[in-house]
Amino acid sequence: MNYIGEHLFPGQLGHFLVILSLVASLVATIAYYKSATAKLIPDADSWKRIARIAFITDVASVVMVFGLIFMIIFKHYFEYFYAYNHSDISLEPHYLLSSIWEGQEGSFLLWTLWHGVLGLILVRTAKKWEAPVMTVISFAQLCLATMVLGIYLFDLKIGSTPFMLTRHRFPDAPIFSDPQYLLSLRDGMGLNQLLQNYWMVIHPPILFLGFASTIVPFAYAIAGLWKKDFGGWTKDALPWSLFSGAILGLGVMMGAKWAYESLTFGGYWAWDPVENASLVPWLVLVAGIHTQVIYNSTGHSLRPTYFFFIASFLLILYSTYLTRSGDLQDTSVHAFTGSGMNWQLRIFLLVFLLPSMILYLRRYKQIPFIAKEESSWSREFWMFIGSLVLFLSAGYIIVATSLPVFNKIFHTKFNVGEEPEFSYNRVQIFVAIVIGLLTAIAQFLKYRNTDKQYFVKKVWVPTAIALAVSLAISLFGKVHFDKFGIGFLAAIHLAIFASVYAVVANTSYIWRGLNGKLRAAGASVAHLGFGLMLTGMLISSSKMEVLSMNFINPLNFGPDAKQKGVENMTLYRGIRTDMGKYWVTYVSDSSVHKDKINYFRIDLERKDGKDNFSLYPDIIKNTKGAQGYSNNPDSRHYLHKDIFSYISYVDKMIGGEDTAQFRNHAMAIGDTAFYSTGYLLLDSVTVNPHEGKYSFKPTDTAIMANLSVVTNDQRRLLAKPVFYVEDSRAMFLPDTVFAQGLAVMLAPSESTGKFTVRVKESSKLVPFVALKVLQFPFINLVWLGTVLMVVGFVMSMVRRARLL
Amino acid sequence: MKKIHIIILVFIAVSIMVLLSFMGDLSTYETLASARQKEGKTVTVITQLDRSVAQPIEYDAVKNPNLTRFHVVDTLGNKAQVMYYFEKPFDMEKSDRIVLKGKMKGDVFEITRKDGILIKCPSKYKDDPKAAYNNISQQ
Repeated sequence: MNYIGEHLFPGQLGHFLVILSLVASLVATIAYYKSATAKLIPDADSWKRIARIAFITDVASVVMVFGLIFMIIFKHYFEYFYAYNHSDISLEPHYLLSSIWEGQEGSFLLWTLWHGVLGLILVRTAKKWEAPVMTVISFAQLCLATMVLGIYLFDLKIGSTPFMLTRHRFPDAPIFSDPQYLLSLRDGMGLNQLLQNYWMVIHPPILFLGFASTIVPFAYAIAGLWKKDFGGWTKDALPWSLFSGAILGLGVMMGAKWAYESLTFGGYWAWDPVENASLVPWLVLVAGIHTQVIYNSTGHSLRPTYFFFIASFLLILYSTYLTRSGDLQDTSVHAFTGSGMNWQLRIFLLVFLLPSMILYLRRYKQIPFIAKEESSWSREFWMFIGSLVLFLSAGYIIVATSLPVFNKIFHTKFNVGEEPEFSYNRVQIFVAIVIGLLTAIAQFLKYRNTDKQYFVKKVWVPTAIALAVSLAISLFGKVHFDKFGIGFLAAIHLAIFASVYAVVANTSYIWRGLNGKLRAAGASVAHLGFGLMLTGMLISSSKMEVLSMNFINPLNFGPDAKQKGVENMTLYRGIRTDMGKYWVTYVSDSSVHKDKINYFRIDLERKDGKDNFSLYPDIIKNTKGAQGYSNNPDSRHYLHKDIFSYISYVDKMIGGEDTAQFRNHAMAIGDTAFYSTGYLLLDSVTVNPHEGKYSFKPTDTAIMANLSVVTNDQRRLLAKPVFYVEDSRAMFLPDTVFAQGLAVMLAPSESTGKFTVRVKESSKLVPFVALKVLQFPFINLVWLGTVLMVVGFVMSMVRRARLL
Repeated sequence: MKKIHIIILVFIAVSIMVLLSFMGDLSTYETLASARQKEGKTVTVITQLDRSVAQPIEYDAVKNPNLTRFHVVDTLGNKAQVMYYFEKPFDMEKSDRIVLKGKMKGDVFEITRKDGILIKCPSKYKDDPKAAYNNISQQ
């Protein structure tokens, strides 16, 4: 059949370019290998020329493939499944970029694109290391190119192409029997609503640049082992490993910021496997940077440097496998599910794991080392201990994260315990203490040996200040996180001291150690940032407070009431409700984008009148054919805290008819009747009421019940339902108590002296939201610390690059 | 013996301790039936909503926004009621799998932590070919 209106050329060109990049990276790998192993210089040079042309061809094709995909999405060519599945016409242009990396293919392309960019820089700068280093990178490009190949080799699917046509994806869908199907295929499935956040535009490119950059120290390490020039590369590679540390760290923390701003688990870090998978390589990389610095200054620690850099890249590959294979489905909220590429991901890991480990082990004995051990008064000794602690911490995290993989291999059925976050925190808190202390003191030690008096003289002032500050925090900061016992609380206080110590000591080192030479202070700034980050994490987590806590005991002490964790408050529109230090009111709601997003205006006012503001949490209609909504928090930012709120539930989400039934209570005056969250008291009845909205004449037959509604927070509300007779017919005027979702009717009773009070509890009487409000003190320290840490990394990187 | 050897030995000892306590705290994947046998112990169960019940999920934010009650069935067909003391997770109705972490108490499975429940929706975090297919067939 000839379909009308399809744009097939971009796809055909794209396919061609993917295959071209595959072939080009293969040629580049072989040519760089030949160049690296050539015995004669002219041979090496001519191979290198071929390799460069091939590598540049590879990068150019990848750039064009990327451009083509963007064009397909930007122009809404829904005949391509990628555009159809990941975008729609209502998306704003910058989210069209996010559409590219929503899919696996796009994120692989992003990764390979960054490899290409870094490779081009290496081609210009790596000099004698170019050939061996680029052999490794070209080989990685070859592997990544197979991931987006999308061809079948004897029934075996290799890769998944982003240029698949929608009609090839669903060949038997009835729509494709019409040659003009594009006229009806006018919109796509859209971008996942949670990814429609500006952090999702920049976080993935930065994170993937971080992923991609870990290959450079790895490639240098492999090159060093391969060419047996064991110590020759460490100075050249230092700016690269610092770059990697900066960008990967930034990428991880940007993801945390995104989670904080658009997810509702209440925080920025949940030890989710997807988060852990990118944190662990970073920790190992940072360990490697420290041993690398040690080697450059003293000649110690070369063997561990090799190990850390190799492991860091392998862990990147392993986490790619973890997050994309679907093995984490039952433990992670946001891992990809399997895409049938597991075998390929495993091979990707193995083709790097086996050769690099074999090479490392075979060369291990030849790697030079210094037999004399470091002095305990030397900087390198404590830096090495720090690296080791970072590595062990990473090891613990990755073991716990990999439980699903172990389960799969050994057919076991383990899972982390009931407190998944605590199972990490209780170990990492001690890591924080040790690392904080080491970060504080290590810079004051000199390489090889330090004069003890010099050390004490330099270090006592910052120590005293840090002690004073952290004692002030501990004594007056109200850090009482005793949920996990006094031991853990003590550890938190110790960690606060250690992290404050790191901040103070590194700040003072800039003057006391470096005499204010800011250009040389990269490490101090990075460590100071790291310390601030730790301080912020400790304080914001241990003092996190649920403001919407309901302390009111529900009246019906049923099985539902025993739980202390009543963290949500139900707010009826327009009714001011008591929330601890605040009055809170659900004022109004509004929707934008054709009802896609609903905003709720929630007013908060401090009871002491010092502050009042509005929050606008929203719920977004799910995209991709899913019904229902997702919620999106809103925060009020202060310098020293955030007030964070989100909608847990809203009446909008209830579908269908009001099915609640009236319940009858026979009541005499003075009797009480319970409803789910309070009780009604029949105070009196008025005959022929003439007040408020009622105006009966003395000749009518009407009675009104005066009911007090006593709520669970001891408020008394009134309900005045009326029963009257007109033309010998019984008429009812029910009354509603919106604040309790109650409808109350009055009817005569058969027994004398009693009335029938009919009560209906319904969620459909009045608009309401269930709201959760959290407070994070000093969360800004986390973000400020991150920024400073990255700045420090970059300062060091620039300085080391200049020194080359 | 060198200092570094002592330190490595200390680290190994610490690691073993940490690992042992970690192992001790591990919970296991169970079925509802085996969870009943281990009453009071924290377990993880992979279940589905029991759609044979008239009202599989009961949540009324007006009465109590902090209680979700629902019925589940596991792969072996065992059924149980679940008490989750938090708001109803979004999209719960459409979930194709619910991973529960909590304790069995009598006939009721209790979850007292907000993250004790993991909802797997066919189309929330991954591309659901079925959703795409249905969508395209309606065009």
